[in-house]
Amino acid sequence: SAQEAPRAAEMEDKVLSPEKAEEAKLKARYPHLGQKPGGSDFLRKRLQKGQKYFDSGDYNMAKAKMKNKQLPTAAPDKTEVTGDHIPTPQDLPQRKPSLVASKLAG
Amino acid sequence: MLSDRVGFPHKVFGLLSKQPKQNTWFQRFPSLGAGGGNDIQWCFSQVKGAVDDDVAEADIISTVEFNHSGELLATGDKGGRVVIFQQEQENKTQSHSRGEYNVYSTFQSHEPEFDYLKSLEIEEKINKIRWLPQKNAAQFLLSTNDKTIKLWKISERDKRPEGYNLKEEDGRYRDPTTVTTLRVPVFRPMDLMVEASPRRIFANAHTYHINSISINSDYETYLSADDLRINLWHLEITDRSFNIVDIKPANMEELTEVITAAEFHPNSCSTFVYSSSKGTIRLCDMRASALCDRHSKLFEEPEDPSNRSFFSEIISSISDVKFSHSGRYMMTRDYLSVKIWDLNMENRPVETYQVHEYLRSKLCSLYENDCIFDKFECCWNGSDSIVMTGSYNNFFRMFDRNTKRDITLEASRENNKPRTVLKPRKVCASGKRKKDEISVDSLDFNKKILHTAWHPKENIIAVATTNNLYIFQDKMN
Repeated sequence: SAQEAPRAAEMEDKVLSPEKAEEAKLKARYPHLGQKPGGSDFLRKRLQKGQKYFDSGDYNMAKAKMKNKQLPTAAPDKTEVTGDHIPTPQDLPQRKPSLVASKLAG
Repeated sequence: MLSDRVGFPHKVFGLLSKQPKQNTWFQRFPSLGAGGGNDIQWCFSQVKGAVDDDVAEADIISTVEFNHSGELLATGDKGGRVVIFQQEQENKTQSHSRGEYNVYSTFQSHEPEFDYLKSLEIEEKINKIRWLPQKNAAQFLLSTNDKTIKLWKISERDKRPEGYNLKEEDGRYRDPTTVTTLRVPVFRPMDLMVEASPRRIFANAHTYHINSISINSDYETYLSADDLRINLWHLEITDRSFNIVDIKPANMEELTEVITAAEFHPNSCSTFVYSSSKGTIRLCDMRASALCDRHSKLFEEPEDPSNRSFFSEIISSISDVKFSHSGRYMMTRDYLSVKIWDLNMENRPVETYQVHEYLRSKLCSLYENDCIFDKFECCWNGSDSIVMTGSYNNFFRMFDRNTKRDITLEASRENNKPRTVLKPRKVCASGKRKKDEISVDSLDFNKKILHTAWHPKENIIAVATTNNLYIFQDKMN
């Protein structure tokens, strides 16, 4: 029956628009595809984008695994203030530098 | 049918058949380049980013934006980082090229987070960057990921205080008993340091994923839009925002469309538009009511129901909406075309340009490999006479609204000799492929240009491939 569908469409409309021809191809490959084309199933999938984890522990484990793979390339901060005195806010570096800088800035 | 409106491609083929065989590209495409003096000749200027083919996900560029003067160019990436380039001051002796863009500042804007309630990861990918107009020495921009918007201050420091009495130059405290005289600390010049600091964090206002931010022409407020809601913020206030559009149905089973983009009008501070996944654009006026669920204008092109297919709605989904600088027109980008709308006419666009119509006969495969859901952006040039958008195979397209000419160019390292004019590209839809044409089946659908930006005043464009940023300029002299 998968083969009948495109043939039936062709018989009705001798000159099939490219879009309709593509639709026939898709329906032939996935006969159960969406009763509602572009409908709520598809929209809801879009709203739910993002990787789901079991819980925050699962998430943190996954992140830890990723960090081990990535080798940090930042050089140690040369202006680190340690030891001699209690640092003041002015002594501390303004922001934590990125572990891995963007290659656009390279 | 939409393609009826654009007659140009057919005329090109007619001209080609009459031309004698020539070598140079501008003789093969006589309507491009060699024509009037107004045609821009684009040349490669710079490329930023790594050369290697192995692209780390974090390096994928997700947004590109010039600031209001065009002096600064910001990029955001999937790793949550922002890189800002600054144009060099023009060298008066070098009249044949404009200043180059060099790195000015780079910082980590957003970090990945975890939504505990939904057990979902919140990506650090920068979805949009928008610059504030400059009010003082510092520069400000808004950057957003899926959930949080941040206001960043980028400031220069070129002086530092020296000559403290109680501290050494390296910060260590001096033994007070060794201090015998007093001096007045003074500011001394230092190497320029550019610092980025987050001044405001606008969080916890979006249940769904933020797709747009837009600064109001009042320079005090801005909007942020997610799939179902649009919020209005004041730049100074982070603990409160007003919901101005809410299209969430009471029953989620009844959901039929989502918000895909939103923008404030460039001049009218009470007007904004938002586009939908069904190909409509709604213009709203905040003076009409507090909640702008009812639009003031609805822009929609009627569709021939007999042409409707499974793909119709998907390819009509608008991926970007941009007002012209004049504020009279707006441009929308859907999967296959760019449309220009006159704000005074709701029932159809005034101009339609086909970006890559040859893909219509490939929709089945493009659905299977998810490319049909790619979100291309579009942009205007400074005078609103030309519009630009990206395509596949690292091609990008420009449409001149006055001459009705269009051109396809490629962002590739093979063309990177400065001041050499870029050769136009041509895709062969079917039949015999001419020399220098590329067939649809040879296009690389992994090489997509989703983000492009045009300098507000000059003919300088920034084009982002997956992980590289290209800068092109028009040929001077």
